[in-house]
Amino acid sequence: MSDQGHFDEMWGRADGVRGPYRDLNGWFEGEDPARLRAKQREAEELFRLTGITFNVYGRDEAEERLIPFDIIPRIMSGAEWRKLCRGIEQRVRAINQFLYDIYHRQEIIRAGRIPAEMIERNEAFLPQMCGVRPPGGIYTHIVGIDLVRTGEDQFYVLEDNARTPSGVSYMLENRETMLQMFPELFAQNRVRPVSNYPFELCRSLAACAPSATTGTPTVAVLTPGIFNSAYFEHAFLADQMGVELVEGHDLRIIDGRVAMRTTCGYQPIDVLYRRVDDDYLDPLNFRPDSQLGVPGIMDIYRAGGITIANAPGTGIADDKAIYSYMPDIVEFYTGERPLLENVPTWRCAEPDAFAYVREHLHELVVKEVHGSGGYGMLVGPTSTKKDIATFRKKFEARPSNYIAQPTLSLSTVPIFNRAGLTPRHVDLRPFVQVSPQGINITPGGLTRVALKKGSLVVNSSQGGGTKDTWVLED
Amino acid sequence: MLGRTANGLFWMYRYLERAENTSRLIETGQRIALTRSGLSDDEWRPVLQSAGVAVAYDGLHDTLTRDQAVDWMLRSSENGSSVMSTVSAARHNARQVRTALTEEVWEATNGAYMEVKSLLARKVSDRDLPEVLGKIRQRTALVRGATHGTMMRNDIYDFVRLGTFLERADNTARILDVKYYVLLPSAMSVGSSIDNVQWDSILSSVSARGGFRMAFGNAGGPRDIAEFLILDRRMPRSLAFCVGKILDNLGYLINDYGFRGESIEHAEALAENCVTTDIDAVFDVGLHEFLQDVLLRLGLLGQQIEIDYRFSE
Repeated sequence: MSDQGHFDEMWGRADGVRGPYRDLNGWFEGEDPARLRAKQREAEELFRLTGITFNVYGRDEAEERLIPFDIIPRIMSGAEWRKLCRGIEQRVRAINQFLYDIYHRQEIIRAGRIPAEMIERNEAFLPQMCGVRPPGGIYTHIVGIDLVRTGEDQFYVLEDNARTPSGVSYMLENRETMLQMFPELFAQNRVRPVSNYPFELCRSLAACAPSATTGTPTVAVLTPGIFNSAYFEHAFLADQMGVELVEGHDLRIIDGRVAMRTTCGYQPIDVLYRRVDDDYLDPLNFRPDSQLGVPGIMDIYRAGGITIANAPGTGIADDKAIYSYMPDIVEFYTGERPLLENVPTWRCAEPDAFAYVREHLHELVVKEVHGSGGYGMLVGPTSTKKDIATFRKKFEARPSNYIAQPTLSLSTVPIFNRAGLTPRHVDLRPFVQVSPQGINITPGGLTRVALKKGSLVVNSSQGGGTKDTWVLED
Repeated sequence: MLGRTANGLFWMYRYLERAENTSRLIETGQRIALTRSGLSDDEWRPVLQSAGVAVAYDGLHDTLTRDQAVDWMLRSSENGSSVMSTVSAARHNARQVRTALTEEVWEATNGAYMEVKSLLARKVSDRDLPEVLGKIRQRTALVRGATHGTMMRNDIYDFVRLGTFLERADNTARILDVKYYVLLPSAMSVGSSIDNVQWDSILSSVSARGGFRMAFGNAGGPRDIAEFLILDRRMPRSLAFCVGKILDNLGYLINDYGFRGESIEHAEALAENCVTTDIDAVFDVGLHEFLQDVLLRLGLLGQQIEIDYRFSE
């Protein structure tokens, strides 16, 4: 099933079905493809009816699209998962310490491990956060670490999502869908549940409540509103946590607290899980034209009147230019070697790197430093000469705006299509919750899959799909 | 609950109720058109008036034809009260208050939207109209059923019911007011076939033909129709029934929240002045004057609910 070039998580390097997939393979061989195709269509109907859609930026605002769902799960053994978790935990711990340091004494700059201008000139750095200690000392309450795999034991971190990682609703709904459609699979395989995520998230957020809290902490989710591409997820999480889904205009500052307008008057909020970007959070402190935030919330935050999750200014930790320093960051704060590897990265702002990258565009992946969602990136090996020439102009005009990485031979997992099981490249985003009580990683995560043959771009905005992700009990 | 959520729920159910009422009005108009030979397109004017969309129609059309009237009420995006507009608005609100709804209610609403959107993607032909209208009513009934069967009886449900019954009362009053003259005792010309059709259309506009027969047999006259639709507490679209439900739900909110807003006083005054009198008293005031007063009071009550429960700032 797999060619020799890359590692397939079901078939290895064409040397027979790997352990975690053995039961699934047996089940698949006994299934009628026509029934599975019907199931695949059924899944799509289910998603459309439940309204799990996302809005695509730059298109008609009324257009809601489904992210394609593939019925073949991505499976990891308990042992594989535990190993990953150790690496993720180490990395997340380091990220929080890094953020604290960057907004306080900046020891890492004094030690010469990161150049000062990388921080000070970075748009994601918020001077307003300097000297502010977030409640519980936590900056990144929710993190999504994007991982790729290239071999049996070889994982790389592709990206740290430390601002507002999205996609967790797909992790939960994908599992629900699989449970409904293929209950027999869950009888054969002992799959660790993910359904506790919202409950655990709520508990984790409540554990970060500010000093001003009296009684049980009141948690709320702040959404930019119904037209945001991830609105479904915001509503979903608020619903599952049993907390209010608020918008900026529901909130105002009253008696030194951020309060929401309820049918019985204004009630203070203790922890705000915000899905609004830093820039829009507070028109008095950031973008004055923002309608999405709460005027004055930063002042309340600095005075310990509310917890904002994730903390403002965490973007500095998932900036693509900072990414290349992550091995140093992990070592500096934990005193350990990083358990998870970084993808080797050329910072094109540096003359040597720039010289190398411009000569090797055709074999590299080149990304915008501040880009996301797969927009504005070049995948050299799968691009036409014309694409590369067009990209080269942008790139050479502003090299400091880019980083470049080698094209990794990403692992594949089969999808089910007309040809039966067909390998497609995947990545993995596990979801991590951080509170003073510890770090909690939900067993599973969001597996994104490039549905086009040979494609390495898994972003949903670029035609990627998703799979249910299983971690087996040993 | 957020004031914005209460607002979203209240209007979601107003829109759903309106979509249903509009489709029922179209059905009635179509029925009259089919049962009376040589009917002119002008007969669609009272239908538009009953739906409260005649003025907006005239602003954008020079003539009134059956086709245009039906399309205006069913599909027009320029008509905020068309079936398509109201079902879209209901679904928009449902998304906004998603956390307050059960999964069943959300899926029924989303399903209604998807089906109505596909049914109304193109102009609906005469031949397909009955089936389309039937499906629209089935879909809104499904949302109502899911609401009834799965929603908690708490403040969320109270705002749902307030929206539903305020809209329904408004609708019934408007239907009566457009045709009030055919119900006046002075206009009574029993047995005239024209009046029979008129009376029949009033009753079918509120799905009350069967109910009316049950209550009055075949002997019922115009006075009975007025009494039935204004005062009969058994009839779920009568003013008395709707106002009774509004009072109930405002009462539950007062118990639940422990404070009494002004809206309950508006509702009590409405109940006292409008639905506890007997029908002769209504005719003494003048049916049209009476209905105008009811519509005004309903409007004020709606505004007061929005203020009492902080729908917006």
